[in-house]
Amino acid sequence: MSDVTSDYKKQEKRTRICGNIRNGIVYFFLCLWALIVLFPFYWMVLTSVKSYGSYNAEYIPKFFTLSPTLQNYVDAFTTVSLGRYLWNTLFFTVVTTAIMLVVITLAAFAFARLNFAGKDLIFTLFLSLMMIPNELVVITNFTTITNLDLRNTFTGLILPSVTSVFYIYLLRENFAQIPDELYYAAKVDGTSDLRYLRKVMVPICKPTLITIVILKVIECWNSYVWPRLITDDPDYYLVSNGIQEIRENGFGRENIPAMMAAVVVISVPLVVLFLVFRKKVMAGVARGGTKG
Amino acid sequence: MEKQNLKAWLYLLPAFLFLGAFMIYPLIDVFVYSFEEGYNSASQTFYGVGMYNYSYVLHDPYFLQALKNTFILVIITVPVSTGLALLISAALSSIKPLRDLFQTIFFLPYVTNTLAVGLVFMILFKKTPYSDGLINLLIQFFGGSSVDFIDGPYWAKMFVLCFYTIWIVMPFKILILTSALASVNPMYYNAARVDGTSRFRMFTKITLPMISPMVFYLIITGFIGAFKAYSDAVALFGTNLNAAEMNTIVGYVYDMLYGDSGGYPSYASAAAILLFAIVLTITCINLLVSKKHVHYV
Repeated sequence: MSDVTSDYKKQEKRTRICGNIRNGIVYFFLCLWALIVLFPFYWMVLTSVKSYGSYNAEYIPKFFTLSPTLQNYVDAFTTVSLGRYLWNTLFFTVVTTAIMLVVITLAAFAFARLNFAGKDLIFTLFLSLMMIPNELVVITNFTTITNLDLRNTFTGLILPSVTSVFYIYLLRENFAQIPDELYYAAKVDGTSDLRYLRKVMVPICKPTLITIVILKVIECWNSYVWPRLITDDPDYYLVSNGIQEIRENGFGRENIPAMMAAVVVISVPLVVLFLVFRKKVMAGVARGGTKG
Repeated sequence: MEKQNLKAWLYLLPAFLFLGAFMIYPLIDVFVYSFEEGYNSASQTFYGVGMYNYSYVLHDPYFLQALKNTFILVIITVPVSTGLALLISAALSSIKPLRDLFQTIFFLPYVTNTLAVGLVFMILFKKTPYSDGLINLLIQFFGGSSVDFIDGPYWAKMFVLCFYTIWIVMPFKILILTSALASVNPMYYNAARVDGTSRFRMFTKITLPMISPMVFYLIITGFIGAFKAYSDAVALFGTNLNAAEMNTIVGYVYDMLYGDSGGYPSYASAAAILLFAIVLTITCINLLVSKKHVHYV
């Protein structure tokens, strides 16, 4: 009897040790990847607070600094027009997102709620537009905007990105879930369609709208190709072009600390946005994100 | 139900105007461009119609270089990032404490500006007269000899590009796979455990088949995304990618369109259509393969 018990205990102990080893390996592996992810962030913050002199004096870069300086941040805002780039990007992001919300809400409402001839056919054709890669249409758009004399204007930057087939689809699916009874009740009360859309549908679908806004803001903040094609006047650069400009003829090629300060300033807004709305951002990207 | 034709069209009007002007018209136009020979963007004239643009692009050494780079990038990054993401997600799902923290950290690259963080990678890998750069010092520490990853040999530059691309695409894959793993019904695992199934067998026989639609989704989007690689290369090697021998197909399209070597929308269109054809073919092959291996529940 006691033999069986001790056998059982031995077995249990072995299982526990195995589990501990496995857990150890798992945590080690996860920490390793976390290190790979975090290290570039650490390095950019660290480099940005090293002074120009001390950075260039370090043949073997140090992993910490005892005399942090904010001079690089001052340089980033005074020597190059980082403030301008940030303002441009903010303006571009806000206006694009705002116009897009109006456009897609109206379209999604029509597809979800209204009846019109050829609706199914049009919606199908519409969905097939999702397959079209941006690279195919950007060439003509570039020519169009150039011919309209809209290069180096915000109009030219904003116009091609104010509508998205995918977001209309996402929103329509959500609108379609709202029971018809609500609509008829509102109709009986004499509510207009637009008012019903604004007062009932939009509030109900707020989570989806927030998802869309988050995805669009990330997209706008990081957009590079279109702004690069359409602007060559630094007054209209967004942050992505700005950082490229800073790299190629900003502080002088070797002032890496100041460059890193600019990188930190550009990265902070989205990282903060993410940390504040962590759950929403991740849920939103899981529903409708790409990139990768 | 009464029809509300006029009203519906009014609601759709803004979306259709924008889509028509910036999506449907360009889509037709890009094919037109690609067949117009000798198009001059200043006078907007051309002197013939035919396949010349395609043949020019296909014989352009820069395009062939871009094609080669893109294929290498795709073949390396898609399997590596998907496999790694699978490992990480499996590891994440098997732990409880600190899981949220890890998930948050792993997601960070998604919200960063590709161009900006690319600069950090550049200084980590770059070798300058002042310093060999951190990665090279690490290599030296382990007894290797340093190499310039940014201006050096081809394979070194390709390595950095692949590394950075994988770093950028991992968050999305980890996120999708973690939620796929969480949705597997634990009953299956309990049943397998009663039968004394080993963990490895449980993973290959239960987990993988259950999440195969998601893995497959990631492979398809991964292929498409990797074929369109461009801004990561710019972030690391600057805008003159042809000189760095690191151009990608998308980069070739934009270089033909605009910049120092630009002004040839016809060549750009032909290259863009070739890219689209390649992506379409690969996606179709993927779909055919998936019919055999993906289990939809």
